[in-house]
Amino acid sequence: MTHATATLDQMRPPVPAEPGLPIYNNKLGMWVFLASEVMFFTGLIGAYVILRFGAPGEWAKPNVVLNVPLTGINTFILICSSVSMVKAFAAISAGDRKGLSRWLLATILLGATFVSVQGVEYWKLVHEGFTPAGFTAGSHITELVAQGKLSDVTGGLYGSTFFTMTGFHGFHVTCGVICLIYVWLKSLRGGYTQQDYRGVEVIGLYWHFVDLVWIILFTIVYLI
Amino acid sequence: MSSLAAAAPRAPTHHDDRTFVQKYIFSTDHKIIGIQFLFLSLLFLFLGGVLAMQIRWQLGFPGQPMPGGGILPETMAPGGVILPEYYIQLVTMHGTFMVFFAIMPLLVGVFANFLIPLKIGAHDMAFPRINMASFWTAFLAGAVMFASFFVPNGAARAGWTMYAPLSARPDLSGADYGQICWCISIVLLGLSSILGSLNYITTIINLRAPGMTWFRMPLSVWCLFVTAILGLLALPVLSGAAIMLLFDQTLGTHFFDPGAGGQVLLWQHLFWFFGHPEVYILILPGMGMVSDIIANGSRKPIFGYHSMVFAIVGIGFLGWIVWGHHMFMSGMNPTLGSTFMVTTMIIAVPSAIKVFNWMGTMWRGNLHFHVPMLNAVGFVAMFVIGGLSGVFMAATPIDMHIHDTYFIVAHLHYVLFGGSLFALFAGITYWFPKMFGKMMNEPIGKIHFWLTMLFFNLVFFPMHILGMAGHMRRIYDPTQYEWLKGYQPMNHFITLAAFALFATQFLFIWNFVWSLFKGRKAEQNPWRDNGLEWTLPNPAPHGNWEKVPTVYRGPYEYSLPGAPDDWYPQSSKLPNDREPAPAPAPAH
Repeated sequence: MTHATATLDQMRPPVPAEPGLPIYNNKLGMWVFLASEVMFFTGLIGAYVILRFGAPGEWAKPNVVLNVPLTGINTFILICSSVSMVKAFAAISAGDRKGLSRWLLATILLGATFVSVQGVEYWKLVHEGFTPAGFTAGSHITELVAQGKLSDVTGGLYGSTFFTMTGFHGFHVTCGVICLIYVWLKSLRGGYTQQDYRGVEVIGLYWHFVDLVWIILFTIVYLI
Repeated sequence: MSSLAAAAPRAPTHHDDRTFVQKYIFSTDHKIIGIQFLFLSLLFLFLGGVLAMQIRWQLGFPGQPMPGGGILPETMAPGGVILPEYYIQLVTMHGTFMVFFAIMPLLVGVFANFLIPLKIGAHDMAFPRINMASFWTAFLAGAVMFASFFVPNGAARAGWTMYAPLSARPDLSGADYGQICWCISIVLLGLSSILGSLNYITTIINLRAPGMTWFRMPLSVWCLFVTAILGLLALPVLSGAAIMLLFDQTLGTHFFDPGAGGQVLLWQHLFWFFGHPEVYILILPGMGMVSDIIANGSRKPIFGYHSMVFAIVGIGFLGWIVWGHHMFMSGMNPTLGSTFMVTTMIIAVPSAIKVFNWMGTMWRGNLHFHVPMLNAVGFVAMFVIGGLSGVFMAATPIDMHIHDTYFIVAHLHYVLFGGSLFALFAGITYWFPKMFGKMMNEPIGKIHFWLTMLFFNLVFFPMHILGMAGHMRRIYDPTQYEWLKGYQPMNHFITLAAFALFATQFLFIWNFVWSLFKGRKAEQNPWRDNGLEWTLPNPAPHGNWEKVPTVYRGPYEYSLPGAPDDWYPQSSKLPNDREPAPAPAPAH
């Protein structure tokens, strides 16, 4: 090697390693995926905000169409499922495989309860005349309109946004429950150890995200 | 959890015991997936071209029977004469095919998959099975979109931007199933892009070879990294909007129905919030590949590597706050319009930095005009024209005159065809030996380049003039307007040039297919390139390296003073090169 190159190389500062992030691939991949999920729900919520504040009439008041106490209890169930998910994670990181399976099952049951209650809520709402297209003519809900408790003008937007937002959240919970069932079955076969419990942590991240989204949706769709 | 370090994708095995299906169809090998995307998107590129030819026929010879048009059914072109209903489908699907199923998968699906692991020194992507799912979702999306021509009432008819309420109301557009197919296909494509993007991002962050620091990454990988971030965050917004549109069409919701309080501007905001980052998704990977090829063809280090990186990242940031310049004429608040005008002008700065750096790289370089280099230089020249016409439209007062005219058609084809497609011709020719182990034919490649360059400009440059004369963008028959009648000879000329442009592409197809089977066998490093991918045999084996290489320098060390040759692979060690600091043990 000639003199010029040698000098050049000696003048170079030592190269730092700059390895990847101290996060394993599956977890990093899940964080990146959740970033795109944030954008998806931001799109839906942004559309809701614009439609609601630009609506030609008064938006429906809380607790007139929607059953807030029922959904409040359902929200509590979903929050409990986050707690049980944390317990599952804590169990396996302490090496307790039985505890992992038990808490995963609890999370699955709580999640499934949430989706079921939401299904019943949808069925009742459609039965009363509240659909994605708006208020069905001649139904129970149009009596509320006649009594002046509800504005018919914004009914279509109310139905569109309510069913789309909560529906996509319910779809995410359903996907989460299916993935949790897979993780639970794997845990029964001893697929997770105190040394390697990546799957539990990754599905946990997703589950907490879905929970967080619900808290935002419950607040803006049901409470205000 | 220290055992996790062993969970990296497997190194190549000498006994490839995969079946044919595992190897070539449901493959998890990033190189095969890239090649699958290549064939799929070249097919859509061709289909998009066929649609464009029909559009040009109608504009050049309005109302005359199209040669060969007799094979089309009565609902499209009775007797070969294109119906207005079919014409708007052509315009819509040409845009959709080209943007979503040709240029985007060619740039991202093909080259992100193929190049990222090879260029950063990884065995494969971080999630090979998710990668496979990404391709097959895109395949399904393409199949649904293509099938929409054959459903009752034909394909979508609201333009590729799908502006509501035309897109939301079948009674207005006349297309029902076609619109639904469009929405479903776009949701699937969004899913595919998100799966791909999260893979590219994770791979680039976590799987770089030892010594491959951020500022030693080739610019093509930097561009693909920023592109993946844009795709990851923009596509879900489009998916959400397409789902709302789908519900408007099927469930009777009222998101974009002004009669029930819905807002048509909401669609435009959501679409362009996705759409403008999408514009950079469609150009950034091309810029990256062109940077690699221009440094190689000039036998010089890239000029201003760091400023290139910051320009790429800057474009990535600014790309999010310029979407309103597509909507100056939509009735949006003029104050907001001025804001978008300023941000749009600012984004010209990083773009200009890149152009200056490319010229600085070529300046006094030892220029080798091989086919990829010719196409790369063509990219720079055409991108400058497309970029400058973009500045015209960024200025609100001028945009009011030329909005939705052929001026915008000229502009977008200068950046998408003149820009992205020339970069793709460069990239495909450059990495063809790596993909298939054969060289593409050089003389035919040069003839193809010069003819394409000539006819491209003959087609699209006159469109600027048509646009300023007020020729509307999606108009069916320009001769119905008195003031456009005088411009019909120009339309006639453009159509003939477009046919010649289309015919020229058969040279590329022939060159591609012929080289695939009969091409000269490629030596290991035909372009004398520094990149890690050229240290592998052509084509590279499954799993790429037995042991990942160690990187000692950046990718552009051409013509290093005193070096034995005018190139230096990133992974060969000079006596004074220091080993990179050992990476800490993987945490957790």
